[in-house]
Order: sequence, then structure tokens, then C-alpha cells
Amino acid sequence: MRSRRWFWPSFGLPGLVWLALFFLVPFYVILAVAMGTVDPIFRFPVPVWNPLDWDTQAFETVIDELGPGQTYGTVFIRTIGYVAIAVALSLAIGYPVAYYIARHGGRWKGLLLLGLVAPFWISYLMRMLAWVNLLQEDGLVNRSLMWLNVLDAPRTWLDGRASTVVLGLVYGYVPFLILPLYASLDRIDKNLLEAARDLGANRAAAFRRVTLPLSKPGILAGCVIVALPMFGDYYTPDLLSGSPKTSLIGNQINLYIRGGPQVTLGAALVVTLMVFLLVLMVYYLVSTARAARELR
Amino acid sequence: MTLARRFRAWAANPWGKPRFLLLITLAYMVWAIVPILVAIRFSFNEGRSRSTAQGWSTRWYWDDPDLSVWNDPSLREAVYQSLELASLAMLGAVPLGVLLALALTRWRGRGSGPARFVSLSPLVTPEIVMGTALFLTFVHLFSFVELGTPAQVIGHVTFSISFVVVIVRSRLLSIGPEYEEAAMDLGASPRQALRMVLLPLLAPAIFASFMIVFAISIDDFVISAFLSSDATTETVPIKIYSNARGAPTPALNAVASVMLVVSLLAIALAVVVVRLVQRARGERGRAVDDFARLNV
Repeated sequence: MRSRRWFWPSFGLPGLVWLALFFLVPFYVILAVAMGTVDPIFRFPVPVWNPLDWDTQAFETVIDELGPGQTYGTVFIRTIGYVAIAVALSLAIGYPVAYYIARHGGRWKGLLLLGLVAPFWISYLMRMLAWVNLLQEDGLVNRSLMWLNVLDAPRTWLDGRASTVVLGLVYGYVPFLILPLYASLDRIDKNLLEAARDLGANRAAAFRRVTLPLSKPGILAGCVIVALPMFGDYYTPDLLSGSPKTSLIGNQINLYIRGGPQVTLGAALVVTLMVFLLVLMVYYLVSTARAARELR
Repeated sequence: MTLARRFRAWAANPWGKPRFLLLITLAYMVWAIVPILVAIRFSFNEGRSRSTAQGWSTRWYWDDPDLSVWNDPSLREAVYQSLELASLAMLGAVPLGVLLALALTRWRGRGSGPARFVSLSPLVTPEIVMGTALFLTFVHLFSFVELGTPAQVIGHVTFSISFVVVIVRSRLLSIGPEYEEAAMDLGASPRQALRMVLLPLLAPAIFASFMIVFAISIDDFVISAFLSSDATTETVPIKIYSNARGAPTPALNAVASVMLVVSLLAIALAVVVVRLVQRARGERGRAVDDFARLNV
């Protein structure tokens, strides 16, 4: 009987050991580096493994500079602003699309879904490359806008414009929002809507009082799942702008981690970002676990 | 003018399907897909431009003696590196993930909650956090793992395990425990029930996991970038990142298109095989739908 009891848990052992070594331990390492010291001569970071000897210097620097108007404060506020706008736009685009396919896809549903899923499996960098091509000075966007007489002269889109970066984020992440949204809308029992209509609700009221509340978990999960990678993004601003005017917290981290005495500071920034995002991450895991239990 | 009015009447027709939403959906599809098609089209340019169409040729794929994907060593190496990483990640992550999924689904005792939490956490951890943490771990703690291919493979396996867990676990939940219980009632040991009943039932999900891990690994940028050692371990997304703004020729579009085809082929293969098996077993289920739900 004893061997029965350990039969299933033993299957998880290799995977759990792997994740402990390469997922949990790295979090400890990043703390040890952030609270570590810098070699006085060679200026490279020296992690401190014993928590009793941890030095909070780097965190104090980060927190000092976190106020509005200061280095990290500005970058943090910009990141939050870009992500908030990009998530709102993604939802505004994604909800009608997911809703239409889930409710009215009909026999085209498979094909429409394929259109939704395809961008999901195309490399993010390839999709950004496509926009770099389109937004060149002699690119298709400028030429079409000039042909339509919207622009008189070609505009430089890729030169530190916040709007380009935000649109890049939306373009890059919207597929990740649409899919969970579609799944939650598709699960809604159509009988509930018919009942609402029978009881006198018109289309708009049925949507507002039945569909919208029932799709709320999908909306929240979708928003969280796109907000998380957006907060860590540095390649979208690098590719679509490349200017410090649009640099995000991810750019700052990427710059610091790459070398020199700043690594300690970079690690402290990663930990700060992580603490900031922890609420969202836990929310997502808890809500999906609950949804899975309900389905069972 | 009448055309505009007729269009407005058509879109606002309250009796048919919501045509306004159909328009949004179609516009979204065009917006999502066309930029990528344009980028692929430029890869077949005869000239050097990546922003205007200049005839058709396969020059940037293999004809050009120095600068084509086939003849430029740095691009060819990047393709090899991407494929090598994807193959190794697939071989590492799928066995670990399948075993972990079995354990998490069937094991209900103490410790299963935290184990589930750890196995799904990589899905919601921003890649920049995982990338920097692993980078610092390989530099400061596990320094016997070299940056470059070994570190990159470990990184890819770590974030892929969770995807395998999600795919296989959802399949296990839909199979339910009945088949195994029946086998064990008929005298099979748990081990035999697993091998002779459960694994065959899981085969399509396992195959899909292989293909999906392959595709995710090919598309990954952040982890590969933080863990690469030098130019020889750069993958295709890293090449796109470092060359998109300055690239002199459409060879970059060509190499991106090659990888796009490879990763879409892997996914298409997974969809087709899963669908064929489902049909042969008389199960109902739409493969595309299942894939759309993967991320929920």
C-alpha cells in the first residue's frame, strides 16, 4: 500500500526537481546579486549568499530614484502608462472580435479561429519586423497615407514616437488576449441569453446583464496575461523607436544586466518589478485554478 | 452618396447578424495578417529594398552568393541554432512535462497544491525576469553550465514544461480516471494500467506537446538572448532584433519567413494528427478549438 501512495507523486519528481533548480533557485540568486556587493577593483557584482549579510544599498538607490521626475520614477510611470493604454486598446479591439466569432461564427468559425490562432504562432520579432518594414520612410504606410492625401510628406514613424510603440504592443499582444476571451465567451450558455430575451430584455440589455458579467473572468484573465509580458518588454521600443524617450523599465533592466557594476542595480530593478507584478501573477494562477475546478 | 447610404443601411440592419461586428472582425484579420504577408513578399524582392516591391526572385533565399540565407554563414548558423535549440528543448521538456502532468492530476495528497503552483508559475512569469534570473544563476552559481547552447536549452526546457503540463493535464481531466480503474479492476497493476491504457489515450496530446514546444522554442527571443554567449549562439529572433533597424537586405525577411513556415508547419502537423486520431476514435472535438483553448 505504501508504494501505491507514492506512485503518482514520484512521477512529478524529475519535473519538480528541474523547476526547483532552474526556476526557484534563480529567484534566490537574483536576490543574492541585488543584495550583494561589487568587487572594489574589477567592478563586477559579487553575490552574497547568506541573507544575514545582505546589503540593501541597491534597493535604497532604486527606491530613492522611484519618485516622479526621477530616473526610475519616470521610466516606471511611462511603462505603466503605455501598458494601460495598450491593454485598453487591445480589449477594445479584442472583445468585439472574440464576441463575434464565439456567438456568430457559424460555419466560418473554424476559419476565423485559424485567423486568430495564426499570429499566436508567428514569432513576435517577425511581426515587429513586418511593422519596421511598413513604417519606413518610403514604406507602405507613408505611401498609402500620401496617396490618400492624409500626409503631405513622409513621416518618420520609427523615431521615438510613443504612439508607434503603443500600437506595436497592441499588435504584438492582442492575439494572447483574444484567445482566453473567446474561450470564456464561447462557454456562455446560449439558453441564458434566450431566457433574458424571453423575460423582456432587448439585445443591448441582454448583453449588458448576461454576456458581459459572465465574460468578466475572461476579460480579467486576458488583460492580465497581456499586461505581464508588456511590463517586461524591451524589444518593442528598441525595434519601433530606439529612442530613450520611449524606454521602458525592461530597457533599463536589459541595459544594466548586460554588464559592469550596474548589474546589482539591474537585479534590484528586476526584484522591484517582480514584487509589483506578483499581485497580477497570483491573481491569474488562482483564477485559472478556480475555473479548472468548476469545469471538472 | 447612395452607395454610402446603402452600406450604412446594410451594416445597421437589425434583422440579420451583427454586420458591424463582422466588419470589425474582418478588419482585425486583415490588420493581423497583411503586414506579415507584406514582409514575406519583400523577402522575394529582386532588389535590396525592404520597403518597396521590386520584382520577384529567390535571391535572398539562396541565389545571392554572399548575402542570401543559404550563403551568409551568420544567417545559416542562426537557423541551425534555432532548430537545434527547439529540438533539444522538445526532447527535454515533453517527458518532464508529461510525468509532471500525470502526477499533478492523480496526486491529491499534501504538497500537491504547491507543486501545481510551481509547475504553472513559469507561464505567468515575465520572460525578462526568468531570463535575467537564469543568466545570473549560470554566471554566479551553476557556473559549470556554459552560457550559449547548454544554458539556452535549460532555459527553453524550463519555460516549456508548463505548456506541456497544461496540454496533457487538460487531456487527462477530460479522459477521467474511469479507464484506468476499469483496467485495474480487471487485474492490471497501476504501472500496467498506465502503460497499456493511459499512455495510448494520451498519445495525441503528447504528440501535440512535442510540436507546440518546438514552435514556442523557435519563436522565443528573450530567454535565448539573455543566455546566448556570442554571435555563434544567436538564434533567428536575436538576428531579427539586432538587425531589423539597420539590415541592408531582404535576407532578414527571408530568414524570418523560413522560421515562420517551420513553426506554422509544426502546429499544422499537430492539429492534423490530433484531428485524425480523434476522428479514428470516434471522439467529437474540433482540433482548432482545442488549440485555441490551450492558453486558458
